[in-house]
Amino acid sequence: MLTLTTSSAKETFHLGEILGRLLEPGDVICLQGELGAGKTCFVQGIARGQGVEDYVSSPSFTLINVYQGRLPFYHIDVYRLTDVAETDQLGLEEYLEDDGVVCLEWADRIQPILPPACLWVVMGKRGPTERSLRFEPHGARYRQLVADFKAAVEGRD
Amino acid sequence: MAGYILGIETSCDETAAAVVRDGRQVLSNIISSQAELHRHYGGVVPEIASRRHVELILPVVDQALQTAGVNLSDLQAVAVTAGPGLVGALLVGVSAAKGLAWAAGLPLVGVNHLEGHIYANFLAEEQPELPALCLVVSGGHTDLIYLPEHGSPHILGRTRDDAAGEAFDKGARTLGLGYPGGPAIDALARGGDPAAFAFPRARLGDDSLDFSFSGLKTALLLEVEARRRAGDLADRLPDLAAAYQEAIVSVLVDKALRAVREYQVKCLLLAGGVAANSALRRQMQVAAGRAGIPLFYPPPVLCTDNAAMIACAAHYYLLAGQVAGWDLNAFPSLPLGKRPQGPSLEERIC
Repeated sequence: MLTLTTSSAKETFHLGEILGRLLEPGDVICLQGELGAGKTCFVQGIARGQGVEDYVSSPSFTLINVYQGRLPFYHIDVYRLTDVAETDQLGLEEYLEDDGVVCLEWADRIQPILPPACLWVVMGKRGPTERSLRFEPHGARYRQLVADFKAAVEGRD
Repeated sequence: MAGYILGIETSCDETAAAVVRDGRQVLSNIISSQAELHRHYGGVVPEIASRRHVELILPVVDQALQTAGVNLSDLQAVAVTAGPGLVGALLVGVSAAKGLAWAAGLPLVGVNHLEGHIYANFLAEEQPELPALCLVVSGGHTDLIYLPEHGSPHILGRTRDDAAGEAFDKGARTLGLGYPGGPAIDALARGGDPAAFAFPRARLGDDSLDFSFSGLKTALLLEVEARRRAGDLADRLPDLAAAYQEAIVSVLVDKALRAVREYQVKCLLLAGGVAANSALRRQMQVAAGRAGIPLFYPPPVLCTDNAAMIACAAHYYLLAGQVAGWDLNAFPSLPLGKRPQGPSLEERIC
């Protein structure tokens, strides 16, 4: 487990960018955190790190936004869903089993249907612009990913 | 018979079908979340599910034809939203439209959903004059669109993070209001002072016509927490709603007005669910008046997702000879300005 804090949206974006550069086909990033915690900002950074050039806008209403970077990039947001049964009908499995990269906001709402191996990122507000990010890897691939990410972040300083 | 187009729309939550005559007269406009179908289906609200679209699509199409008093054989074409949207949801509409068009020997038209929203403004006696500027504001979109002539819309500005409708919805949630958030904030704001709080307006540089509402959402959260600590949150809710709404609306109006001047358009159009917001309409009316051009906005039922706007857009696709092939697919990320093309009308006739 790794916990980092950022002091601005720009820093949150930059952490996302570092993580985005390390992602491989099939990687699933689950994001948890209240409104305004910076989830979309972090995903925008991940997308940039993946080479997505388009603006990455919030998928809260569109549910799934699809981009193309180095890999297919699926930005999913289950904010509007109220229970797991609804998700069951959304066809999420197709994206989770695809060879692209999946970033899933409000993932805690549909935890029972998520794959056991994934990277969980829990975000919280520490102040007006300060945010905390807790990286919880599940499975060998994601433990390695967090180790690589930690090295990349420390290398930056 | 010439003139009647059946439109089908299943890009997101709504299963919808409509019959439109000559691109301007709505003969029927059936949306699955409407009351009659609720009763018909035991009060189940249609959800995002493709499965729900599958269950509803044929009853909805039937009802659209019946209400309009036409048969498939009376139609000029079958039009369907081919993107952007959820791929599974889009495919239900596209497949149904193909089946109906093939069976009835009619041309198939694949319509861009965003272009459809613009055309909701053409479903009226009085027709907007081109070039026009259209602001499409909904839960999923905040797009400032320049339409120099039919068939060549392009985006001048759009949101870089949250859409305006999403800002309303999430703001309403933060204020503890009900769903849908836009109308709840609109209603509460009437009793508040829009100048009571100075919420941030993201300008994104002088030249940019893009929008950003994510910082505003966070500013509201902080102010709500501050008011809760101060113990006057309940009293200040109308002021918070009014100031928050003002921050969203003023940026929309400023940028639209700037684009109106820059592109010398002949009219200003609103579309999308947020086009029903009373403060937006009022301020846009003033802005358009100042620019000396008319403002158009559709009735609320044509602001949110519907199939009449798809049938209307298809009328202009057909005028340009643009029909889709039987290989028409769903395009989840279809950008504005891209039409799902097929062989030309001439090729089909030959």
